[in-house]
Amino acid sequence: MSDPTHLSLAEARDALVAKKLSATELTKAHIEAIEKARALNAFLTETPELALEAARDSDARIARGEARPLEGLPLGIKDLYCTKGVRTTAASRILDDFTPTYESTVSANLWRDGALMLGKLNLDEFAMGSSNETSAFGPVVSPWRRKKGDGFDDAKIVPGGSSGGSSAAVAARLALGATATDTGGSIRQPAAFTGTVGIKPTYGRCSRWGIVAFASSLDQAGPITRTVRDAAIMLRSMAGHDPKDTTSVDAPVPDYEAAIGASVKGRRIGIPKEYRIGGGAEIDALWDQGVAWLRDAGAEIVEISLPHTRFALPAYYIIAPAEASSNLARYDGVRYGLREKGRDIADMYEKTRAKGFGAEVRRRVMIGAYVLSHGYYDAYYVRAQKIRSLIKRDFDEAFAAGVDAVLTPATPSTAFAQGEKGAADPVEMYLNDIFTVTVNMAGLPGIAVPGGLGADGLPLGLQLIGRPFDEATLFSLAAALESAAPKIEFPQPWWTEAK
Amino acid sequence: MTAAVSPNPAKLIKGATGDWEVVVGMEIHAQVTSKAKLFSGASAEYGGEPNDHVSLVDAAMPGMLPVINEECVKQAIRTGLGLQAQINLRSVFDRKNYFYPDLPQGYQISQYKHPIVGEGEVIVDVTPTERITVGIERLHLEQDAGKSIHDLSATESHVDLNRSGVALMEIVSKPDIRSAEEARAYVSKLRTILRYIGSCDGNMEQGSLRADVNVSVRKPGAPFGTRCEIKNVNSIRFIGQAVEVEARRQIGILEDGGVIAQETRLFDPGKGETRSMRSKEEAHDYRYFPDPDLLPLEFDQAYVDALKVELPELPDEKRARFVADYGLPPYDAGVLVAERASADFFEEAAKGRDAKLVANWVINELFGRLNKEGLDITRSPVSAQAIGAIVDLISTSVISGKIGKDLFEIVWQEGGDPREIVETRGLKQVTDTGAIEKAIDEIIAANPDKVAQAKAKPTMLGWFVGQVMKATGGKANPQAVNDLLKSRLGV
Repeated sequence: MSDPTHLSLAEARDALVAKKLSATELTKAHIEAIEKARALNAFLTETPELALEAARDSDARIARGEARPLEGLPLGIKDLYCTKGVRTTAASRILDDFTPTYESTVSANLWRDGALMLGKLNLDEFAMGSSNETSAFGPVVSPWRRKKGDGFDDAKIVPGGSSGGSSAAVAARLALGATATDTGGSIRQPAAFTGTVGIKPTYGRCSRWGIVAFASSLDQAGPITRTVRDAAIMLRSMAGHDPKDTTSVDAPVPDYEAAIGASVKGRRIGIPKEYRIGGGAEIDALWDQGVAWLRDAGAEIVEISLPHTRFALPAYYIIAPAEASSNLARYDGVRYGLREKGRDIADMYEKTRAKGFGAEVRRRVMIGAYVLSHGYYDAYYVRAQKIRSLIKRDFDEAFAAGVDAVLTPATPSTAFAQGEKGAADPVEMYLNDIFTVTVNMAGLPGIAVPGGLGADGLPLGLQLIGRPFDEATLFSLAAALESAAPKIEFPQPWWTEAK
Repeated sequence: MTAAVSPNPAKLIKGATGDWEVVVGMEIHAQVTSKAKLFSGASAEYGGEPNDHVSLVDAAMPGMLPVINEECVKQAIRTGLGLQAQINLRSVFDRKNYFYPDLPQGYQISQYKHPIVGEGEVIVDVTPTERITVGIERLHLEQDAGKSIHDLSATESHVDLNRSGVALMEIVSKPDIRSAEEARAYVSKLRTILRYIGSCDGNMEQGSLRADVNVSVRKPGAPFGTRCEIKNVNSIRFIGQAVEVEARRQIGILEDGGVIAQETRLFDPGKGETRSMRSKEEAHDYRYFPDPDLLPLEFDQAYVDALKVELPELPDEKRARFVADYGLPPYDAGVLVAERASADFFEEAAKGRDAKLVANWVINELFGRLNKEGLDITRSPVSAQAIGAIVDLISTSVISGKIGKDLFEIVWQEGGDPREIVETRGLKQVTDTGAIEKAIDEIIAANPDKVAQAKAKPTMLGWFVGQVMKATGGKANPQAVNDLLKSRLGV
């Protein structure tokens, strides 16, 4: 068989069950790819022995005819998910060599269904960032490069963030799929930047238990994969009610894969005029192209208004830091992780947190503490929550008017190079989330699907936003876009190191 | 709020410049009786080796989430019902943010703007003749913190998280209390209610019940003065002392022309003083906001009603019933219902008997003796049946009241059935007039001088009664002795 890393997750699954390939072969191929791809810095921890052990178990199960839904499929896990016995860092120095004694519910669900872990994936520190440059363990390099003449530019392109390790690993074929998390766009923006598919499900669809918290009311787990079908397969295993997370919802998880290829004829697609905010001619053209693809597939296109969109980003950058400032208070050097000696307890806290947290995390903790402080709470936090309600109401009204999903661009541009954005003004970086934060604020499902390549040769993505808990419709619409759009050819491994 | 009502002059404190009124409001922290903690499955039991009762949630490990313990919610609702309070069908958990080593999350989960229980009231008997009503502002659920231990090492502090996350009810009173005595009586009554409901064991030594006491003083009729909060007072006696001492301190400052600084203070029972902990300026900014890990706490009225039906009879209802059904004086009834176990004991003993007599025996003999020995009613060596039997023996004149006390002592010391003891030890009262007459005749014959004195001075009769009782070993019926003596001596 040719290189098994070139299979999609669904193809690999079928090949394993048909015994055309063994889980061990599949896993070994990925382990080799990972070892050769260290220049990308996608993995923070590699767990080849654990992966091979699990692969042998999967092969035995397949031999016995007891294959589970994801049997023997090697995945990468964002290092925000706590993994039992495997160091978990959140890409921060403050966790030091923290090794959980427990497994996050979502990763445990994947292992329950037979998947196996290749290692832990790099990310922006505590998932705070849009380029993977805030990781304490160095940035992730995208496998994609800008076109330059007939060749490529030398500039290192970012894979997006915060799930940059996940998007880069999947785009570079280092894993069949990866888990990711999305608080303001951290699944969809990296997916868009790397030509992959990423879905942030409805808030409450996946358990947050065992995932290091960034902003609790916005965080959701989801997959990044190379095809829409693969995302549907992974999400079905990841999702589900968890009594340990009271914000998770007790609702049946449908067979999302069954939605792939379903007709989208007669589906009403809303096009929000407020999203035409100068992302650039290229993005607007892609968006128009997306509209045309869905119309050709039989969907009905309607213009809608989401009037509070322009307040979403500032409100998000109040709510998310507020929650983060409180969620990150537990990293105090007392019970686990880094501890710096101090004169007294306050000095120990200050030294530990100053050394343990990077600049972006410190900035957000300070913003969060500020907006919650006495005298500012009403002016910032309370108003931001009101805006959040209005944003949600905008969507509710659109859905009530019969819209099945909303189509927007996923990002304002193609990926940028390391160091190009946010150095002088962090808001420049925050603007990356402009199309995605509204979805988190409203708690809705959103999926990023590749739409093609920009003039610079880098991927561009479209975003579909759905009704609460109607991920199935998103998958069928995303599959329609995927089949209409030019097929993404993932980069050849220019990054390979001689072993 | 009560500025318009003229204060009770007996409550005022005399100062150099005239009378002062003390105004007290209290925040009581009551540990909820439940097996598990408020948001984790770890044991909420008192004691254990340090860090024995700690779950991943209590230790605030990364990615851990709180899940509300429904039993704690029920306890809060039951307590709210016992305080005649508004039960809020929707309440919200907030985070109170501050750093401390025994606070693993870096925030306490509490209820700030929307507590589970709103306004209510507690009726408090301060003395046999004085009853007050103390308003309840609110009751909310929150997590307890762990414990920092500083004396195990010269260079390090240790942290014990066994208490971390245990459920507390914070019960906030209105500033309706006007003396140290009222403060003590209020806490006692609140404790009684909690123990009746079974929502808090009320054990102040183990810290299950502790009070933050807000004290201010003012000239009668003046607006409220600036208050100081005395933190964590852990006995009813100390609460009274703290109010007294703090009121005097504030009066001293005001009479010297000073002003009271709003601050948090600590009561030092050893020195009998309060001292400053932190000023208002140093107060933390707790950055409260709704906990995004927890949905608002919502239930319907039917849920509350079901809990209400299951509530036991509460002390005020029981007291009213004791007055109405047993004809007890209200204060006696109040004493009996102060503990559910005492009330049950009394009712058991009073079954089919003269309830007033039983009440006297329970309150005077039994409670007196239990207090002396420092025993709880549940550990009384004399059972309700035994008290009932003793009362029966007295009321049927089998024994005298005096012998009854001796009998009580025998049962206390040795146990046994009072009726059998009376039989076997020959304690029966002698009502046979023949035997009494014989004894009288002998005494009269032996004391002719006393007989003469008695005729002149009828109070001498007592001496003869004493002699007869002595001769009959105390078993003679005192009434019969009296009557016979009177007729024989002609007095």
